[in-house]
Amino acid sequence: KMAAATMSPYFGQQMSSKNDLVPAWTSQEVSTGTTIMALEYDGGVVIGADSRTTTGAYIANRVTDKLTPIHDRIFCCRSGSAADTQAIADVVTYQLGFHSIELDEPPLVETAANLFRASCYRYREELTAGILVAGWDRRKGGQVYCVPIGGMLVRQPVSVGGSGSSYIYGFMDSNYKPNMTKDQCLELTAAAVSLAMERDGSSGGVVRLASISKDGVERRVILGNQLPKYSTH
Amino acid sequence: MLQETGTEWLSQEVKTGTTIIAVEFDGGVVLGSDSRVSAGASVVNRVMNKLSPLHDKIYCALSGSAADAQTIAEVVHYQLDVHSIEIDEDPQVRSAATLVRNISYKYKEELSAHLIVAGWDRRDGGQVFATLSGLLTRQPFAVGGSGSSHVYGFVDAEFRGGMSKEECQQFVVNTLSLAINRDGSSGGVAYIVSIDEHGTEEKVVLGNDLPTFFDQ
Repeated sequence: KMAAATMSPYFGQQMSSKNDLVPAWTSQEVSTGTTIMALEYDGGVVIGADSRTTTGAYIANRVTDKLTPIHDRIFCCRSGSAADTQAIADVVTYQLGFHSIELDEPPLVETAANLFRASCYRYREELTAGILVAGWDRRKGGQVYCVPIGGMLVRQPVSVGGSGSSYIYGFMDSNYKPNMTKDQCLELTAAAVSLAMERDGSSGGVVRLASISKDGVERRVILGNQLPKYSTH
Repeated sequence: MLQETGTEWLSQEVKTGTTIIAVEFDGGVVLGSDSRVSAGASVVNRVMNKLSPLHDKIYCALSGSAADAQTIAEVVHYQLDVHSIEIDEDPQVRSAATLVRNISYKYKEELSAHLIVAGWDRRDGGQVFATLSGLLTRQPFAVGGSGSSHVYGFVDAEFRGGMSKEECQQFVVNTLSLAINRDGSSGGVAYIVSIDEHGTEEKVVLGNDLPTFFDQ
């Protein structure tokens, strides 16, 4: 901090990254660079994510948990600005909890998704948040809803998000088939997130997986050395 | 409603949006490309063949700015012609790739095109070279163009060494089809060129014959 005092800016001049005494990442926004994925299967959903949070080129957290519980059987996968998505998730968790008490029954996944969409759309100019809402409810079983930047809402059998998602659209299109089993979904998610992590600099670390069904939530982690290996030049 | 005069595309640069791919197999190479050329939101050519011959058994795949890519290919085609007369034999794939790289590197600030060079020669068999931004690197396969980002995961997972020519052709067609489905700047038909010591074979796979996937 002593160095910072002697370099105090004149005439509102910004201390830019050209100043080597202060690393560039101290002034850059925290982003969940990210690869996230969610799939429906008969009886529930499987969700997965990488674990890297970056501020510029610095990895602020290499073991982030981007799979956030919103209710007992509803999770969200977060991508975009870490602050924005955490704040929105907290708001929706509160709103959904309140709604569930009023209803006196577990909330619907579609309700949770609509609450996300309401916040993401109303504050679309200020927010950078791409969210996948996935869970199980008694009415429609396993569901995945995609709420990308801008605040759209659409239900999809399989959805990917985050900066790493661009690289795995082709893999997902060719490998996803309707009516897969839970284990096939887990394998596909782990493979897809690993592939994206290899190509996307903002994704990395470990692969976090969760499966949600009427019986509850099962979480697991696949560490770096256990990830499926794809040998390419 | 937004006013749209419909003539924005006249003043926007013509780009080969594109997906291009080249794969090496034991005894040759297979190249593939889509056929869409866009100027902004308008498709100005839906049947362009982006696989351009540099010599009998050496082709290059074009992506980026259509003008830049075509010009580089034409210049190198001429330079290779002269070179092959001077050495009195068929040129090496590495020579062709080096000529492309030299232009891409020297004019890297002015040009925005990426060419993948692939072919067969007697010395090293089938070879694929990437020349992005003026580097030169030999790879078992290479993908390029705006559609390529969507299929990195697919090619990383599905590519294996030791594929036959027919397996390579199927791999190329599948990759192009997936990329065309997701990339707005890629589309049309798929052009496939297979090169081995016996010759060069050009093929077109029309839109409705491309492989389809679960959501189509």
